[in-house]
Amino acid sequence: MNTSPTDALSIDGVRKAYGKVQALDGVGFNIRRGEFFGLLGPNGAGKSTLINIIAGLVRADQGRIGVLGHDTVRDWRSARRLIGVVPQELVFDPFFKVVDMLRIQAGYYGCGRESWPWIDEMLVKLDLDSKRNASMRTLSGGMKRRVLIAQALVHRPPVVILDEPTAGVDVELRRTLWGFMSELHAKGTTVVLTTHYLEEAQDLCERIAIIDKGKVRVIETTAQLLNRHPFRFLRIKLANEGLLPESLRPLVSGEKNGSIELRLDREKHPISGVFTALRAAGLDLEDVHTREPDLEDIFIELTHDHSRPAVNGGVR
Amino acid sequence: MNQAKLPTDLAPEADLARFSDRVGFFTLTAKEIKRFWNVLGQTVTAPVVTALLYLLVFAQAMKGRAPVYPGVDYTEFLVPGLVMMTVIQNAFANSSSSLTQSKIMGNLVFLLMAPLGAWEWFAAYVTAALVRAVLVASAMLAVALLFVPLPLHAPLALLAMFLLSGASLAVLGLIAGIVASKFDHLAAFTNFIITPLSFLSGVFYSVHALPPFWYAASHFNPFFYMIDGFRYGFFGQADVPIALSLAWAAGFLVLLSTICLWMLMTGYKLRR
Ligand SMILES: Nc1ncnc2c1ncn2[C@@H]1O[C@H](COP(=O)(O)OP(=O)(O)OP(=O)(O)O)[C@@H](O)[C@H]1O
Ligand SMILES: [Mg+2]
Repeated sequence: MNTSPTDALSIDGVRKAYGKVQALDGVGFNIRRGEFFGLLGPNGAGKSTLINIIAGLVRADQGRIGVLGHDTVRDWRSARRLIGVVPQELVFDPFFKVVDMLRIQAGYYGCGRESWPWIDEMLVKLDLDSKRNASMRTLSGGMKRRVLIAQALVHRPPVVILDEPTAGVDVELRRTLWGFMSELHAKGTTVVLTTHYLEEAQDLCERIAIIDKGKVRVIETTAQLLNRHPFRFLRIKLANEGLLPESLRPLVSGEKNGSIELRLDREKHPISGVFTALRAAGLDLEDVHTREPDLEDIFIELTHDHSRPAVNGGVR
Repeated sequence: MNQAKLPTDLAPEADLARFSDRVGFFTLTAKEIKRFWNVLGQTVTAPVVTALLYLLVFAQAMKGRAPVYPGVDYTEFLVPGLVMMTVIQNAFANSSSSLTQSKIMGNLVFLLMAPLGAWEWFAAYVTAALVRAVLVASAMLAVALLFVPLPLHAPLALLAMFLLSGASLAVLGLIAGIVASKFDHLAAFTNFIITPLSFLSGVFYSVHALPPFWYAASHFNPFFYMIDGFRYGFFGQADVPIALSLAWAAGFLVLLSTICLWMLMTGYKLRR
């Protein structure tokens, strides 16, 4: 892999240890221009470490990263100008007003007054206009989060990385942010998102990498990821009291409000087989419901239960 | 709502032309000046008042003492030393507290993520600290000149000593800010290095009046040369030749700048 200008981000063999903790253990993948990319993984997986290395806040022990073909170490100035990063921590400078903070940040990137109309526009879009002259210290957490997002975009970077932008954010604001990110993406910006809300990733991201313990477990389009899951779920409610036949018991994955959820392998356990077994046992069904796996099932599969077979296409 | 003008299929190379390195440096400098300007009471007025109180008390206590140099009485002798001591302490405090504060608040990431190089950081912090030093020194001199007439023997030497000393301490403040991870570390640096060295540098006396050991020891204290050379600018007389003071101040600045720029270039303690 090399740093190709056709890729928004090219990540190659990145390793980083904090003392004995191997935060990143050889991570490599590319993100194409214009992609909406999800970076998922449990707490401590190494997502923020990777983002901080891309942003130049942390130095990798090994490996290389290119932003639109610009190496983040050798050609750091260009690389940094081409990305905007929203950090995970809610950091702010208490001594400045919202609008001044944004103008200062634009200035750091070498953008002068010509960037001020764009700053005003973002204040409106992110619903911060009424707070433009408020001191940073007087803002609520959600408002500080929005300023942080605006700050990452002051220089109109073609690549934007958001590290959990919707953490601790109310439903309405989350919708505003989704709209905002989709709009950025629609205008051609490459967006990289980390989140613990998997429906969010499922809805927004075109491609997803799941990392765990510093390694990429899988990287696929969202559709592939969902399709390749070898299971589907069947929820049944029995009409009369009765015991589930012996053959079906190992398939039970959950029980709630008198319903039983079975986890069926697409190949080995056809749904018709379940019905046959139930009829043979003399059991009648009151209700049946099938559910396709969502990202959460896949995520759990990949990150919590390594004894089960890995999803096809898993990356080692 | 008008349409957001985001760069779409711009070639990244063409796209980069819209950024200017100079704007980055000017913005950081302006921001650093604004930071202390917003609290002038703490950053300029307070140190000036403290120094003037020293002047008042010592001038009274030492009244009637023999002139330190021929034709220079004690109160006159005291003023340049006090000005330089205040410059030293405030240039140091400006860059060190700004950097440490940003580090502790976490907002240093905004600077660390920005495309600002070591030289731009360095020059911006030093310029801002020098602006504060100019304010402190001019305020002190303005008040002192109302009561104490001061000659001006060598204005260029005076300016050179001021700039070299102010810049050195601004750089030392940057180094301290980079190394410190809490305010305690910074306080230790101030209390155990800056304050003792500035009090033991001949502000209140000529080092010729010291016992031999302390006399010799003073000659290894860079602050001694800063004060002595600054005093020369006013009176044309000092404890050591002006060339030696200039050489020490310049050497100190070069040494500290080398260390500081190395730290900034390698990301020492800043980029984990
Ligand atoms: N500055 C640091 N010093 C020491 N260890 C660190 C540091 N930063 C991260 N780590 C460790 O590196 C590992 C990866 O952390 P990282 O913050 O990248 O995880 P993450 O995937 O972002 O998790 P989360 O979802 O909780 O944000 C963790 O084990 C963490 O404890
Ligand atoms: Mg994280």
